Amino acid sequence: MRKDLLTSLIGVIVLTVFFGLAYPLAITGIAQLVFPGRANGSKVSVDGEVVGSSLIGQSFSRPVIGRNGKPKLDEEGEEVLAPDKRYFQPRPSATGYAPDLTYFSNLGPNSVEAREAVREYLAAYVALEKPFDHSLTKDEVPVDAVTESASGVDPHISEANARIQAHRIAAVRRLPLAKVEDLISAHTDGRFLGLLGEPGVNVLELNIDLDREAPLK
Amino acid sequence: MLQGWVQIAIFIAVLVALVKPVGIYMARVFTNQRVFLSPVVGPIERLTYRVMRVRPDEGQDWKGYARSLIVFSLLFWIALYLILRTQGIQPFNPQGFHSGPWDLSFNTSSSFITNTNWQYYGGETTLTYFAQMAGLAVQNFVSAAVGITVVVALIRGIVARSGREIGNFWQDMIRTLFYILLPVSIVGALFLVSQGVIQNLSHYTVIHTLVGGTQTLAQGPVASQEVIKELGTNGGGFFNVNSAMPFENPSGLTNFFELLLILVIPAGLTYTYGRMVGRQRQGWAIFSAMLILFVAGVIVVYIAEQHGTPAQHAAGLHTHAFDGSTGGNMEGKEQRFGIASSSLWSAVTTVTSCGAVNAALESLTGLGGAVPFANLGFSEVIFGGVGAGLYSMLLYVILAVFIGGLMVGRTPEYLGKKIQAREIKLVALGTLFTPLAVLLSAGVASATTLGKRSLFAGVNPQGFSETLYAYLSQANNNGSAFAGYTGFIQPHAPGNVGSHGISFADLLGGAVMVSARFIPILFALAIAGALAGKKVSPAGLGTMRTDNPTFVFLLIGVVILVGALTFFPALLLGPFAQSLTARLF
Repeated sequence: MRKDLLTSLIGVIVLTVFFGLAYPLAITGIAQLVFPGRANGSKVSVDGEVVGSSLIGQSFSRPVIGRNGKPKLDEEGEEVLAPDKRYFQPRPSATGYAPDLTYFSNLGPNSVEAREAVREYLAAYVALEKPFDHSLTKDEVPVDAVTESASGVDPHISEANARIQAHRIAAVRRLPLAKVEDLISAHTDGRFLGLLGEPGVNVLELNIDLDREAPLK
Repeated sequence: MLQGWVQIAIFIAVLVALVKPVGIYMARVFTNQRVFLSPVVGPIERLTYRVMRVRPDEGQDWKGYARSLIVFSLLFWIALYLILRTQGIQPFNPQGFHSGPWDLSFNTSSSFITNTNWQYYGGETTLTYFAQMAGLAVQNFVSAAVGITVVVALIRGIVARSGREIGNFWQDMIRTLFYILLPVSIVGALFLVSQGVIQNLSHYTVIHTLVGGTQTLAQGPVASQEVIKELGTNGGGFFNVNSAMPFENPSGLTNFFELLLILVIPAGLTYTYGRMVGRQRQGWAIFSAMLILFVAGVIVVYIAEQHGTPAQHAAGLHTHAFDGSTGGNMEGKEQRFGIASSSLWSAVTTVTSCGAVNAALESLTGLGGAVPFANLGFSEVIFGGVGAGLYSMLLYVILAVFIGGLMVGRTPEYLGKKIQAREIKLVALGTLFTPLAVLLSAGVASATTLGKRSLFAGVNPQGFSETLYAYLSQANNNGSAFAGYTGFIQPHAPGNVGSHGISFADLLGGAVMVSARFIPILFALAIAGALAGKKVSPAGLGTMRTDNPTFVFLLIGVVILVGALTFFPALLLGPFAQSLTARLF
């Protein structure tokens, strides 16, 4: 028993130092040396300023300005946000696109709140896109556009979702639709070897490219 | 959907192809033979023996083996608790986190020491990098190794021709760590970084977004922990949303790789088993039973998820797939994984005791969500946790041999060893302890006001599912969650945002995890001791074969029977009730 205690005590210390410090610090060192960009979060910059991570979705909504010239507040005192029409919009997020405070929506399959949430997202999506894509009906809205992602920071939207939004972008940015569709294809991350995962359009990268192609005044 | 089936088929094919080489390698490690890593790892191994004062050639009987294991785990529990309590004075704490409340630390220590990784906290809002690395990730290695030592000891007991020794715990543990877990982790971690998983010690980065808002990018040493979290079937995420977070799991490729990491050891061990008992078909028989149950689960989840949920249909959403859209239930799922990879993941991490998630289990369809329930209800024997899955399955194998023996009216024998009253008593206690712990704790939580506070989904089937799943998951050392349980943030908990402390749930859960881990381990080791002393009798004409399809199906039947008899009434109230109705609650 005493021998077990002594061996365990030494073991706790030795293994903690080895697996808890030496191993992760060595990996960190190698990672920083060989893959510095990836190891630090695949950050993307515009004009030398970091604007996000290509792996992390971000919000493309702005505060709504009220008649008094100040941001409009809702009943809880939070700023009311509206999608910026000049940008492709990401998937809905339970967390407000917070990569430092992640959680699931945890809406169950038979939950009334889930029905209400999808209903609202669906109405908002159609309201935003229909003026630019007149033939759009509720039946054509892809599922990813009106359901909350798992991470809250899903960097991708589906190709179908992007194609619908392309009509709005083309109109607002005064670009030919074909040009916008080319940009979408250029920023679609396909399946690995055409087999693994699902294709997705990287919203941040696409929007950055959009700004480059048709700069905002 | 065809594309999804192809992905699933490829995964299973690669897994099956890995079973033999991995199994051979592990068998060589456990029988102290040379492997290709010996020139590098050998000196480290011998140095560790010397420092820890271990005499590897000293065999232990089951009691000695168990004593070493328990003392070692107990001391590590204390060490982890201390680390979680002293966050304020730790290095690698750029965010300046304080320690969470004591009851949360109790739960978390119990959780990681038992290979469970149930998380009542959100990593990125609560834990220092030091606590993640030196506290939790160390346990991801060590608790996994402890699980593997138990099955190795049990195999030795089955094989032993005479005597009482079942190996040396210290040697088994250290060889598992250095020959199996560490090399794969080093290579795997670097691969994950190359694909975008972060690995740094920086302060969180505040950035200005394209439309002029701000976003805080969490950072940390993620890759080194991610890899062992999967390989050791631990499952505790660096981030609260676990492997759904792109910084943990950025692409379809990393998702595939992480899934393989999760299953490779539990699946490979079946081959190791066949090799160590000298009858390869025995290993394949167990593997087949596991694979059949696993594939059945995958098929159900995938079809169910592709269908969408009653809530979505009631909202007027069309959940069919079409060109450019996955269709299906995408609530709580990531676009890059879609329905197929998310469904596969949910099945893989609940048949094993990994419990990592890449999609919200709570948002699965009723029927899709019933599969994780069933996998846990079968006591994690379908591949299961590293080591833990196989030793639990071997108890079911002995049970199946016993039942088969009764059917044909002969003394049951397994690999030439008579299964007698003592073994069957131990097997019965070993297999029934965990289900009993689940039902008792979930019952207490559902029936008392203390537990009711945790039902954030309200008093309805979903709320009951949350509670039942919480204790199923903790007792089976899985760690995944219907994460609405206890809600997200406890606004009045001391400590940081996200350290959710409800003392009742923390303490009951911690006690359940520890008891349901170590008590079955003691039974498994006792069985190893009991079998080790038995003589081997030659197989005769009347000996029931345990390596043919008949036995595989008998084994599957026994697993389903025990699970169904124990949990069917409870499952009817939760997930089944929801999958049978389109009613909303």
